[in-house]
Amino acid sequence: MANGEAPIRVRNLSVFYGGLQVLRDVSLDIPAKRITVIVGPSGCGKTTLLKSLNRLLDAAEGVRVRGQVLVDGEDIYAPRTEVTRVRKKMGLLSQKPQVLPMSIYENVAYGPRIHGLRSRKDLDGRVERYLRLAGLWDEVRDRLREPASALSVGQQQRLCLARGLAVEPEIILGDEPTSALDPPSSQNVERRLMELKRDYTVVVVTHILRQARRIADHLAFLFLGELVEQGPAAEVFAGPRDPRTRAYLSGEIS
Amino acid sequence: MNGPAGRSLGRRKRADLFFRALAAASAAAVILALLLILGTILWKAVPALSLSMLTRTPKGGFYLGREGGILNAIVGSLELALGATALAFLLSLPLALYLNLYKDRSSKTAAWTRFSLDVLWGVPSIVYGAFGFIVMLALGLRASLLAGILTVALLEFPIMCRAIDEVLRLVPRELREASDSLGATRFETAFRVFTRQAAPGILTGVLLAFGRGIGDAASVLFTAGFADRVPASLGDPAATLPLAIFFQLGTPFPEVQQRAYASAAVLTLIILLVSLAGRTAGRKADRNVVK
Repeated sequence: MANGEAPIRVRNLSVFYGGLQVLRDVSLDIPAKRITVIVGPSGCGKTTLLKSLNRLLDAAEGVRVRGQVLVDGEDIYAPRTEVTRVRKKMGLLSQKPQVLPMSIYENVAYGPRIHGLRSRKDLDGRVERYLRLAGLWDEVRDRLREPASALSVGQQQRLCLARGLAVEPEIILGDEPTSALDPPSSQNVERRLMELKRDYTVVVVTHILRQARRIADHLAFLFLGELVEQGPAAEVFAGPRDPRTRAYLSGEIS
Repeated sequence: MNGPAGRSLGRRKRADLFFRALAAASAAAVILALLLILGTILWKAVPALSLSMLTRTPKGGFYLGREGGILNAIVGSLELALGATALAFLLSLPLALYLNLYKDRSSKTAAWTRFSLDVLWGVPSIVYGAFGFIVMLALGLRASLLAGILTVALLEFPIMCRAIDEVLRLVPRELREASDSLGATRFETAFRVFTRQAAPGILTGVLLAFGRGIGDAASVLFTAGFADRVPASLGDPAATLPLAIFFQLGTPFPEVQQRAYASAAVLTLIILLVSLAGRTAGRKADRNVVK
């Protein structure tokens, strides 16, 4: 994978919460149409790194960002960058699925609507297409007008996936997307992600090593805010170069 | 073994029992007070309540016990309170959304704005009345429906705004992140997501302010004035139910005083109906709220 092709390139990224430095000089290339998994013990800055990719950190107070994140070659932290356009390129799955306070249909239609899709027919089409892609259509086709909060947590997470896909992003971000789900729902979401990597670039944060082994094509290990090691998942798992990575993969640090 | 532990358990149980009794007594007191008020008003109102009371305006000598009704005050109160509530809502919702979505939690501006609203909430309504009166004079207006609406809107605004503000504060941060991550602007997140999530609470705030507005006498005394006719335009003085009660209760004639109670019954009924309608609407709005 040549650097020029990487849709997301992180360059010397440091993030501070007030006086606390959460990320230290992180550089990372995220390859196209692969699943990149960021692993590391809790509190190591995984979520911060993920949220820095679509500027979701902006909403938090007292956050300072230094360095660059290049998405399709464009520095998203440059002063003139339009943040809504950056975010539209990425769909986010959060730790706990957070559905919007509206019907199942409206949850998926929300994104396309705010980006200007008006026609009923087009909206219907989009809703169905992405509910299918998220593997939820058959379960909800007869109850699209019901409140999204009536769905089970597992269904809600797939609805969030459909909602994210409906704005037609290039990248899918997952922040421990299965941590609130039961095992069958987790497997379902993992399966979706494996299918989606054919068309999308996927970045997933997890602290579950087994999950990383199952789905990762590319692996990045983050420890105390520092990117310790990254590379093709098979290589890193088989022969970690850094002693800290080795300790983490063998379960000595968790 | 069971010495100290047993004693303390006994004390804890007694404390629990005591608190339960206290809570039950408070609940009973509230319900009793409500029933007493409603009962007294209705008891006194029944002799004077008639269809003509509701459908006619006061004729000559109404306040001396002659014929007529309080239609002028019913219509006046409704127009005034609805106008003021609508106006207060137009100010409250944007400000409350601004405080919650555009300002950080630690923002000084937001803290001062909330403090000002709390102070305004506590200002007695007669002060709003006096203030409205001065502004009216300065602008060369006379007592009118419009002046009354503006003054009552001012009275309702801090109540409504802080009530809405408090429910917006409870909207989960993650909901904002979810909307943001789809590329929504703050404006879209505010009006499409936050307002929906907080809809039942917003409705409660609006009803609270409406109840305060329609029941207030002091703020409209100088600003809306009083008239025996139903106001034909915003420039006409408008009668209101609280003032109708006040004037009728102030007469020495028992039959006119009865009419005051009838007016009070009508006012109470209006508030009751609006609250019930609001609750029904609230239950509908609650459907989609994410718990």
